[in-house]
Amino acid sequence: MTDWIVVAVQIGLPAALLLLAYVVGTAVESRHYRSLRARELRTRGFPVVTFREAPPEWRITGSELVTGSVVISLDYFKRFLAGLRLLVGGRIRSYETLLDRARREAILRLKEDAFARGCHAVINLRMEAMRLNRTLGAEGGTAGVEILAYGTALKLEKRGAV
Amino acid sequence: MILSNTETVPGRTIREFYGVVTGSTVRAKHIGRDIMASLKNIVGGELKGYTELLQEARQEAVERMVAQAQSVGANAIVNVRFATSSITQGAAELFAYGTAVKVE
Repeated sequence: MTDWIVVAVQIGLPAALLLLAYVVGTAVESRHYRSLRARELRTRGFPVVTFREAPPEWRITGSELVTGSVVISLDYFKRFLAGLRLLVGGRIRSYETLLDRARREAILRLKEDAFARGCHAVINLRMEAMRLNRTLGAEGGTAGVEILAYGTALKLEKRGAV
Repeated sequence: MILSNTETVPGRTIREFYGVVTGSTVRAKHIGRDIMASLKNIVGGELKGYTELLQEARQEAVERMVAQAQSVGANAIVNVRFATSSITQGAAELFAYGTAVKVE
């Protein structure tokens, strides 16, 4: 009887966690994508470019460094899938969407930061990624990935017609 | 202090160079935050505690870099770069560096 309980807990608990992670994780991800799309549409007219120099016709009156960052992690179900994928190799879609969400979120925060400071454009956008390790437990579970976007925000005399 | 990650301060002319200035800080996560993050890890999504922790740490690195630039008499730092390294489990160094200059 006790054996049966032990087996039920050992199999049932991870399975329940997987199910919970799948349901909630999918909802979290689709909500994030909805928010990303809405904010991207709203900030569409704000130029963010990777040029090292501003186009010469822009009349620059000021500049400052702006950043946007986010730490984001994968749900348990997708980490489990990614673990399976490691056995056969190939494309890990769950990590691709994670990094896609993180990068878009970081760029949006950079835009929002620049806009809040009264700037009109951002040049020389650069991005960095850092993997965070857990302090607790070394079972390989990641504590997430940080994406940092940074660039030079410009104040323009008159909005540059590019 | 004007910061920029381009080679110049856009719209200004550089008059003097003072060389490289740096700022760094090493931060450890605290265990309470890590437990919360572990729970959040089940369903995924943003770990706001960590986002803020790293933002604060990076801000501190930038402030130290700015203080160093002020001490040599600069009024701007160009070509600012950020770097991070995991020193040990649960701790990270956040590092900012750039070139101190004087602009008009």
